[in-house]
Amino acid sequence: MTSLTDGNKDDYAVEFRSASYRLPAGPSIISGLNLNISAGETLVLLGRSGSGKTTVLKLINRLLEPTEGEVLISGRSSASWDPIELRRGIGYVIQDAGLFPHWTVERNIGLVPKLDRWPKVKIQARVREMLSLVGLPPEQFAERHPSGLSGGQKQRVGVARALAADPPILLMDEPFAALDPITRADLQREFRALAKRLQKTIVFVTHDVREALFVATRIALLSQGRLVGVYAPAEFLKAKEPEIHEFVASLDGGGLPEEAP
Amino acid sequence: MNWYEFLVQNRGEVWARSVEHIGLVAASMGIALAIGLPLGIAIVRRTVLRRWVIGTANVVQTIPSLALFGFLIPVPWIGGVGASTAIFALALYALLPILSNTSTGIAEVDPAVVEAARGMGMTPQQVLWQVQLPLAAPVLLAGIRVATVLCIGIATIAAAIGAGGLGVFIFRGVAMVNNSVILAGAIPAAFLAIAADVALGIFERRVARK
Repeated sequence: MTSLTDGNKDDYAVEFRSASYRLPAGPSIISGLNLNISAGETLVLLGRSGSGKTTVLKLINRLLEPTEGEVLISGRSSASWDPIELRRGIGYVIQDAGLFPHWTVERNIGLVPKLDRWPKVKIQARVREMLSLVGLPPEQFAERHPSGLSGGQKQRVGVARALAADPPILLMDEPFAALDPITRADLQREFRALAKRLQKTIVFVTHDVREALFVATRIALLSQGRLVGVYAPAEFLKAKEPEIHEFVASLDGGGLPEEAP
Repeated sequence: MNWYEFLVQNRGEVWARSVEHIGLVAASMGIALAIGLPLGIAIVRRTVLRRWVIGTANVVQTIPSLALFGFLIPVPWIGGVGASTAIFALALYALLPILSNTSTGIAEVDPAVVEAARGMGMTPQQVLWQVQLPLAAPVLLAGIRVATVLCIGIATIAAAIGAGGLGVFIFRGVAMVNNSVILAGAIPAAFLAIAADVALGIFERRVARK
């Protein structure tokens, strides 16, 4: 069986080829998207509400399928992947964390390893490793239920769960949007350090231009289902497109947040 | 002779009728669960079908029970005088609360949780059994509790078509104009309903706490 890590080295981790998504008898959500995402980069999909960012993410893990064009994962069309196998190789973090409220933190994090039938001892060790990785002491958190966690802690567990089976690709859908500003800044900082260290391909959705500038290696701006442009953060600030200019102008002279590259 | 003396004197028959009564309820609940749970799960995502199925179950619910028992007597296979007709009718009544609670319980599970489950690579079966059903369990059990209590009550009327149960005393008492006989059926039936309600309620709360 092929896996996500077996792809040819020359292949992009994710490649959109004129991909469109339209609702049955409805409007286009995404039209003619061409976008290459290289292995190991953190690509931020930036856009306002309703610009189609989340749809782009779901086209990657095949929660949605393109109505036209195709999406290639490790050089292979998403349509030819078994969706279950594909998703187990792609970490997924969503805004409200989506933790299972009836499971302990430990069981939540061990979800994908368990689905992949890892031995029990190995899962347990991995869960502990992941909890430490996201800054939660295992002995204090493993047995808790999600209802006993703060918003920031839930998101940390969400990230730990997504990384548990060591997927080469990580999708993050506005992971920090619901957090208070201080917690958000903490998590952004830690996330950026983590992303540098882990060398995963990360596709990160946000509507917050500061967050985009802070975590991205490249920023792709979406507007009404179309790709406006893809720039590295420094170039993004100077880009000419009016849609990008609007976002940059919203920074009201603040420029980059501290600790920017 | 008051109802209590009658009950003690006839405790053998009261016991036998109670067992009969519980048997009617158990059999009809078994059928209603076997149909209602899978059907309730199947209609969660099919909104049009769901409206039809719940609508039909609602209509059945409005038919007076004595009338429904009467309607069913001439129906071939399931009809006739006796327990099988009664069990069929009781199962129809129990179906609505089971169906609607199963489908709404599952539909109301936090969509973010279900999406995360799918996005992490759980199969539809795994999402159903490991995520949706456990999270819907309290609502689902509430439906089963309502259906059980309802069945225990309506089962008393089944005696009218010769299905036995505690209703036998009630109809006999009415015919004899004897309150003691009526109460010897009504009070154990009420006791059964309350006991079932309390026991299932405790179970429901224990599941909800998990």
